Amino acid sequence: MSLTSTLLLTPFLTAFLVLLVPGNYRLVIRALALLGSMVTAVLGMAVFIHFDPAGAPYQFESLATWVSSSVLRINYHVGVDGIAAAMLLVTALVGFAAVAVSWEIEHQTKLFYILLLVMIGGALGAFASLDLFFFYFFNELALVPTFIMIGVWGHGEERTYAAFKITMYLTAGAMVALAGLIGLYTLSGASSLDLIELQKQLAKAPLSATSQKILFPCLLFGFGTLVGLFPFHSWAPQGYGCAPAATAMMHAGILKKAGLFAILRVALPLMPEGVAMWTPVLAILCVGNLLHCGFVALRQKDLNLLIGNSSLAHMGFAFLGIASLTVVGLTGTVLVMFSHALLAALSFALSGWIRRQTGTLEMAKMGGLLQRMPFIGSVLTLCFLAGCGVPGFANFAGEIAVMFGSWKALPWVVVAAAWGGLIIGGVYMLRALRAVLHGKAREELSTVIDAPNLWRKLPFVLLAAGLLLFGFFPGAITRRVAPAVNRIAELARPVAKPAAAVTAAVATPAKPAAN
Amino acid sequence: MNSSLIVVEILVGLLGLGVLLADLWLPARNRRQLGWAAALGVGIIFFVSLKDAAEVTYAFTAPGAKTGMFVQDSLAVFFKQFFLLAALVVILMAVEYSDRFATGVSEYFSLILFALLGMLFTASTNDFTLMFASLELITITFVILNSFQRDRASSIEAGVKYLILGGTSSAIMVFGIALVFGSAGTTNFNEIAAAQKTLATSPVFLTGLLFVLGGLLFKIAAFPFQIWAPDVYQGSPAPSTAFLAVGSKAAGIVLLLRVLFSAVPAITAQWHHLFAGIAAITILYGSLCAIPQRSIKRLMGYSSIANAGFLLLGIAAVSKAGATGIIYYIAGYLFTVLAAFTVISVILARTESDDISSLSGLARRSPGLAAGLTLAMASLAGIPPLAGFVGKFLLLKAIIPLGAQDPVYYGLLAVAVIGVVISIYYYFGVIRAIYWGGKPTDLTPIPTSWGVRGALLLCVIGIFWLGVMPDTLIQISTPAVEVLRPELPLGLQAKP
Repeated sequence: MSLTSTLLLTPFLTAFLVLLVPGNYRLVIRALALLGSMVTAVLGMAVFIHFDPAGAPYQFESLATWVSSSVLRINYHVGVDGIAAAMLLVTALVGFAAVAVSWEIEHQTKLFYILLLVMIGGALGAFASLDLFFFYFFNELALVPTFIMIGVWGHGEERTYAAFKITMYLTAGAMVALAGLIGLYTLSGASSLDLIELQKQLAKAPLSATSQKILFPCLLFGFGTLVGLFPFHSWAPQGYGCAPAATAMMHAGILKKAGLFAILRVALPLMPEGVAMWTPVLAILCVGNLLHCGFVALRQKDLNLLIGNSSLAHMGFAFLGIASLTVVGLTGTVLVMFSHALLAALSFALSGWIRRQTGTLEMAKMGGLLQRMPFIGSVLTLCFLAGCGVPGFANFAGEIAVMFGSWKALPWVVVAAAWGGLIIGGVYMLRALRAVLHGKAREELSTVIDAPNLWRKLPFVLLAAGLLLFGFFPGAITRRVAPAVNRIAELARPVAKPAAAVTAAVATPAKPAAN
Repeated sequence: MNSSLIVVEILVGLLGLGVLLADLWLPARNRRQLGWAAALGVGIIFFVSLKDAAEVTYAFTAPGAKTGMFVQDSLAVFFKQFFLLAALVVILMAVEYSDRFATGVSEYFSLILFALLGMLFTASTNDFTLMFASLELITITFVILNSFQRDRASSIEAGVKYLILGGTSSAIMVFGIALVFGSAGTTNFNEIAAAQKTLATSPVFLTGLLFVLGGLLFKIAAFPFQIWAPDVYQGSPAPSTAFLAVGSKAAGIVLLLRVLFSAVPAITAQWHHLFAGIAAITILYGSLCAIPQRSIKRLMGYSSIANAGFLLLGIAAVSKAGATGIIYYIAGYLFTVLAAFTVISVILARTESDDISSLSGLARRSPGLAAGLTLAMASLAGIPPLAGFVGKFLLLKAIIPLGAQDPVYYGLLAVAVIGVVISIYYYFGVIRAIYWGGKPTDLTPIPTSWGVRGALLLCVIGIFWLGVMPDTLIQISTPAVEVLRPELPLGLQAKP
């Protein structure tokens, strides 16, 4: 079994073991879940470290025929390129952190950990799949767990509404994307939904321009909805606001990125004509993310809604990088995906701690918390500074690369991005820091405590360390993703009509030149 | 005649009569045990039926004719196993539910077996007369099964509604059969198929066929013959509803497949827009009307209409891919709906109300039942890794390639996607009730018998099996689909 398959299997196996433990053995359940996610994290690191950028495009592959008949062929095909290696690493890390911060779950613990482990396994599976059927399959595994987790362990009166909204939006997006995937499968004439086979088939015989123009938006808007592309974004802040910390960490941090990942891996390289027609639209919509969501975040009184909206604003950078279609811009998108996963997970982990201690997330009711919880407060400061794009954090590297990459083609959008992401972002992040951490300590908040021991501090330290480490050494990621990004940029570039041009040149061997 | 062809039917008939007779000698308190015996009998017959038909053979043939009323082929064998499995689970459910019946527990078991007998004959139908006879056997037994809780007005109401509307639809159908016979001179499917090029121009024949279709659409609860479903589903005892939802619908589906894809494929191809329209309206009607429902059984009634619409997507695709999708979808529907009704009947056997709120606190009372019902709802909503997802995937895959040639199919696809999104709302509403809906009044665990646990486990395994390992069933259904001869309409091709 390849390293990737082992990595995928670990969370599911752990979930199965947790299922066998009687429900009242809470300590055993938690220990088992922690152990399983820790093994997953180590395996994720191993995949990332051992990935060789100079080696084969897809490494640690396993391939097995799953369904083989005249009507349907599906392969279980997993493997990692540089982008997947980075995303598997961050998924495994955030997964471990999400399990680690879940000590606060007190009732129906067993169900919670099973659902959380299924979510982690599904996210890993989505990033590792090279067969699009399995990509969809793994990505959707998180849907029911998210719904139940928000409803049962969520906060606030609105949580039922939020749970329905997130589930229906995600299903709508996923169904549109599924229609696009099936269309791609049937119209391409490929015998299976295997990504590599599709690539080969479409390189030989590209889809007609009309089909591409219909299928590309299915994938773009379908997967875009899963990411929170403006104007299909309103589910996100509310869903995350009500969700328990671990769910919000996994969803905002990781599962959202699966949509971007699919756009990068499936939509861009397979349909150049569709790309040419629809990326200008994407460039306009990402301004919606950058400016609209930024302004909405500015008005928030609730810390979680602020983080949720700011996370949508950051997704604008990722979309901008995609719309630029340049190598630098796409590399920036991958860096944003990676760093924002850490950032969003860290933000929601911290807000979960604060809610647990203060019983509220309304910023007006907080203040002076830095005195009472120096550790949590300091990490929150770090985290929000990373959120406004201060150099030294991984987000800076990603955002600056996106802006450099898109300056030439989309200068006005870059201006909007700089304004929205850096100025507005700076305003609301710093205002939130002032409201929560500084000022006079409130009497009614005298009972709050800081993270008491190393064990409780570990998830926060881990995520913050990731932000700093890759902020100083973004090369560790860019080096690994470079071959994959180059390939995508090559295939997606709208000017290039390589197949047609080359065949024409070969068919008519340079008559004018002979004269 | 080769009587070994109908050995399964003979055994089921004998089992039903045996149960009815045993009732005379058994003391009243032991009659419940008869259910276990009936379930065991059906289980044994299921293993007898596990033999694929190597070739197409006919029974009840007229002297000198090559074909007959009764056909034994892979499609028939597939659906017979389907019906036996459904009846097995329904009988186990009925044993648990039987406390609610004032009298006549053993009659209930034997009626299930007689309805099963009718369904087994529909699977092998190759003639309009046998079709009518087997459908009437199903309809009439269901009238009694639906009104079996004689002390409850709603159950009587369900029976009467089914009697009147079912009777009307049978009358329309038999009139249609008369017109078909009048214009074609035969009721045999093969003979009609041979003459369909000339029959396609005969208005009398087409009118007759349309009337027959009306009767079949009634059975699967598709628009415009869907009005009865919610009332009947709500009023009937839970095991009857389950059998109606699964068995009766599948009987309608196998007949639709035989008539449309074997007897008159050329006419079906001409009418493909009609089927697309019916499918779209049925999906929208079922989904939209399910939104405000408070009764779990009524909700399942509307869900059953929406699912009939999804099944019709495969008919509208007029291809073998569509037929594969239908067979996969209905097999997934079998396990899913039976899992749902097993849990529902256990709960309803203990409370008077069938309101969704009676599920509140189920996650804490009985985590196993809660998980079973949650999986069933998620599978109905079409979420991987469950059976419903693969079924929907195959059906969508059958219609999408046609969209590039005929935009009507893109419209149909859009309706299907909207239907799925709406269905999330009401299916997940049930999940919500299980996990965090309302204030539970009672937190004692719900006692369940081994039979019910076994039935639920069987269904849950089925849901996962079809969702995770689609290969086996696709392999099994391939020869069953090969029996059918769908024709694509002019100007459409399977792969553009």
